[in-house]
Amino acid sequence: MRPAFALGLALALAALLAALVSLVWTPYDVAALAIADRLKPPSAAHWLGTDHFGRDIGSMLMAGARTSIAVALVAVGIGMGLGVPLGLVASARHGSLLDEVVMRGNDLVFAFPSLVIAILITAVFGPSAVNAILAIGIFNIPVFARVARGGALSLWTLDFIRAAEVAGKGRTRISVEHILPNILNLLIVQGTIQFSLGILAEAGLSYVGLGAQPPTPSWGRMLAEAQTMVTVAPHVAIFPGLAIVLTVLGLNLLGDGLRDHLDPRLRRAA
Amino acid sequence: MQRYLVRRLISLVLSLVVASLVIFAVIEIVPGDPASYMLGLNASPETVAALRDRLGLNEPVPLRYLHWLVGMLQGDFGQSYTYKVPVAELVAQRLTVSLPLALLALLLATAIAFPAGLIAAARRGRAADSAVMGATQIGVALPNFWFAMLLVLAFALHWRLFPAGGFPGWSEPLAGIRALTLPAIALALPQAAILARVLRSALVETLGQDYIRTARAKGLTRGQALVGHALRNAMIPVLTILGMQFSFLLAGAIIIENVFYLPGLGRLIFQAITQRDLIVVESVVMILVFAVILVTFLVDLAYGAIDPRLRKRA
Amino acid sequence: MSLLAVSDLALTIHGVPILRDVDLAIAPGEIFGLVGESGSGKSMTALAFMGLLPHGSLATGEALFDGEDLLCLPERRLTRLRGNDIAMIFQEPMTALNPMKTIGDQVAETLRVHRAATRAEARAVARDRLDRVGLPEDRFPLTLYPHELSGGQRQRVAIAMAIALRPKLLIADEPTTALDVTTQAQILDLLRGLARDEDMALLLITHDLAVVADMARHVAVMKDGRVVEAGATEPLFRARREDYTRRLIVASEHVPARRSAPPGADLLTVSGAVREYLLPRPSALAPHPRLRAVDGVSFTLRAGESLGLVGESGCGKSTLTRAILGLDPLQGGRIRLGEEEVTAGRKMAPALRARMQVVFQDPYGSFNPRHRVERLVAEPFHLTGRPRDARDRVAAALDEVGLKPADMAKYIHEFSGGQRQRIAIARALIIRPDLIVLDEAVSALDVRVRAQVLDLLARLQQSHGLAYLFISHDLSVVRSVTDRVMVMRAGRIVEEGATEAVFTAPQEAYTKALIAAAPRIPDAWKEPADATRP
Repeated sequence: MRPAFALGLALALAALLAALVSLVWTPYDVAALAIADRLKPPSAAHWLGTDHFGRDIGSMLMAGARTSIAVALVAVGIGMGLGVPLGLVASARHGSLLDEVVMRGNDLVFAFPSLVIAILITAVFGPSAVNAILAIGIFNIPVFARVARGGALSLWTLDFIRAAEVAGKGRTRISVEHILPNILNLLIVQGTIQFSLGILAEAGLSYVGLGAQPPTPSWGRMLAEAQTMVTVAPHVAIFPGLAIVLTVLGLNLLGDGLRDHLDPRLRRAA
Repeated sequence: MQRYLVRRLISLVLSLVVASLVIFAVIEIVPGDPASYMLGLNASPETVAALRDRLGLNEPVPLRYLHWLVGMLQGDFGQSYTYKVPVAELVAQRLTVSLPLALLALLLATAIAFPAGLIAAARRGRAADSAVMGATQIGVALPNFWFAMLLVLAFALHWRLFPAGGFPGWSEPLAGIRALTLPAIALALPQAAILARVLRSALVETLGQDYIRTARAKGLTRGQALVGHALRNAMIPVLTILGMQFSFLLAGAIIIENVFYLPGLGRLIFQAITQRDLIVVESVVMILVFAVILVTFLVDLAYGAIDPRLRKRA
Repeated sequence: MSLLAVSDLALTIHGVPILRDVDLAIAPGEIFGLVGESGSGKSMTALAFMGLLPHGSLATGEALFDGEDLLCLPERRLTRLRGNDIAMIFQEPMTALNPMKTIGDQVAETLRVHRAATRAEARAVARDRLDRVGLPEDRFPLTLYPHELSGGQRQRVAIAMAIALRPKLLIADEPTTALDVTTQAQILDLLRGLARDEDMALLLITHDLAVVADMARHVAVMKDGRVVEAGATEPLFRARREDYTRRLIVASEHVPARRSAPPGADLLTVSGAVREYLLPRPSALAPHPRLRAVDGVSFTLRAGESLGLVGESGCGKSTLTRAILGLDPLQGGRIRLGEEEVTAGRKMAPALRARMQVVFQDPYGSFNPRHRVERLVAEPFHLTGRPRDARDRVAAALDEVGLKPADMAKYIHEFSGGQRQRIAIARALIIRPDLIVLDEAVSALDVRVRAQVLDLLARLQQSHGLAYLFISHDLSVVRSVTDRVMVMRAGRIVEEGATEAVFTAPQEAYTKALIAAAPRIPDAWKEPADATRP
């Protein structure tokens, strides 16, 4: 295992672990306010210091990891669940009207960045973490549709697909039996990329108030609240940012490592 | 080339029409009655009726959409409910901040990414490559608004080289640029990291192509083959990313404007959301989407200019 | 004195030995053949003294070119030599040219990088060189892009680029392998003429013994990174002193032992088959022009018979094959298998499909890399329903094609190209079809492996009473394994008859041209008459 991959795996697992542990235990209660302890720099009692309500930043980060990971994960699920079937169907009927419609639809969704979708949804329904999931998830659909279609199209030209057709198999069956397992690599790699982008996007949306609302802890909102206090207590801004960077970095390294490991073309060249 | 152009133009117009339909549907149909939504629960029926009248909500939906569309084509985006001024005026004023910011960031990102990507590709597998790739790996993971806060901490509050926020207007161009410098850097660096990675991998891919070997067999040096043959072929994926980055930059600009208290489109839209000024939200979203679609169109044209195969086919 | 004298050339890539003890001596102006099977190191040899080896390569030994050791020259000096004194062309003309640049610019670039000419002069020379390689100005202006040319024409551009500065040595690495036989003959003619007229030595790297026999004065045979034998071409072919050389020559001429089957009942009847494609509209409102890929083809294949279908790329044989296999619908005519009509897609009954199977060309793309051999071979059971003894039947099929039943549990990447074609045959056999379509089934294989697979096919035909439709661009292979042959051109069957009759006395001009264009080892060389002559 390459060191970069190992580092990525470690960082990603750490974030996941923090999120899971926060479900049952955090060093301090993230809902309890302790105004007396507000804006304390890192100390033995509060390793990462406290925020303007005296809450333990380490505990907040653990709980925030939960939100970030949940939002990004569900968004990836939406993107994969809808995008991959669309891409497979489009590629199985390459050049048909259906293919054209799917692709044009993709282009259209691409014209709406997550933030714009979030703005639209929020303007009508008000802000919430669900909106963030929807906005990021919708933007993920064309991404996965494209990856699935592109990968599938190159497979459809291969002779083993021809052999399956000669064995009387229909396009749907071939898509599931032959195409899908062979684009799984691509999808996993893209999945980690979209996962990390999702965490960034969730942070951004929460930062501008379009994502998770209080009292749901969120890294992006911690940064938004820290902004006015950054001169007095830089640590309130630095730690949540570091949490985002490290998680995203870990996922990206993990994705790169998976790509190198799973891509037979790269493996052969190495 | 002409057919290519015509086809692209048709798809541009179609995209715009469908996008406008979507936006119209979400803003004006989904909430039920936009007027009572905008006025909130405590509004009297008379005020709601008055607003309905002013917004033309009593017309049938298709007619309303048509009016909206025709209005936009004539530069009329309606009247802002909260600011009591034409939305077009508001937007035009805010664009003088947002557009320069996005363009400055794009310029900066390109200026950083190209040398970095070229060096990494030319020295692939060596120390320079690892250094560039390591730096970009961190750059890609950086949330731009957090990076912006760090820049403010360092360059505005600690060293006092740049203002921490606000915008003095373009009456003093230098001061305007100074105010946009930190936001542009914050926007550009993460994008530059992505662009450099894409450029490098596209170059590495093209460097493995047969025609590069042919070029080397003709007596071109590695560098000549890289710049003379690989770069142009690598431009297709790079352009795709550049096009997508523009939309990320626009979105990013909206967020960054919050960090620096810049009076741009971003501030406008967030204020509009809190004040439930749907007319402004609708217009600004339409403008953002229009910008993204337009850039996609320009990127398509650039493909045609770069790749002779596209010109012929269509 | 030799123009190029390679001695003790050894090469490792990332520590893995690729070449050792390679000695070559090429005289000025001569054509030198370097033959070997895939992986024998012949291309690496050329790249080694061109200085174009991949990263992590280490070449030792000596390669004296005009008195300079190419292996010791600094990169700067090498770039000045490349394109100027030594030039090289490659196998794949479709990808060897930069798709973004005009052919004129690419030929002129050779002169420009060596500062041999001004821009205008370079273009004039480029024009002259393109004329020389058979691309005249009226049809091939300098402003064309590579995608507007055919494979053969692109290879001509690559040659023009290579000879722009009249190099002393041109290395041609499988220059015609990707081309059709008539195009191959033209390109080989062009290369021969260039070597003669420009007093240019030609190092011709190829897997095709017949091409070498036809072209080269001297030849070296490579195997596993070593030169096993070298010498003047004719004596080397006649003497066959080295065991490996002998086996290579024997395999290239191999004719499997087979008896012609007694004519059976009509099995496959194609009558008036027409298959059209819609092309893109020339303008927005014009109708789609149609391309008739298959234009009124009729023939009959009898049970137990072996029928050949030869033709060059684009003649429509692949399209016809897809229609026969029931993958694409016809626009006219009909195809019958036995008494039933072949239709495309779901309309075709599985029982009918089960009477016909296929083996494809590409041993690498023919199998789903994620499935085990057992599942791969058992796939056609989809048509018949999976029998209870499926595993045993897979084992038996593997045994029949010369593999072990234990291979069932392996994945496809664990097998060589020849073994994969055997697995493809096992997959075709598993449901006992009446007809197997062999679509270029041995074209990607090295000669020795090819001979073995042909033997296997002949044996299976005998034991199972199979009918073969043998589709190939390779005339010698078709000749050795078919009873009857059809020649296809531009969507039509232009000639049909008993194989030997067609090959010995072709009636149509096109058939004659095809046969004449196919390089052959001269019959006289097959007897080692005076093997002792130096």
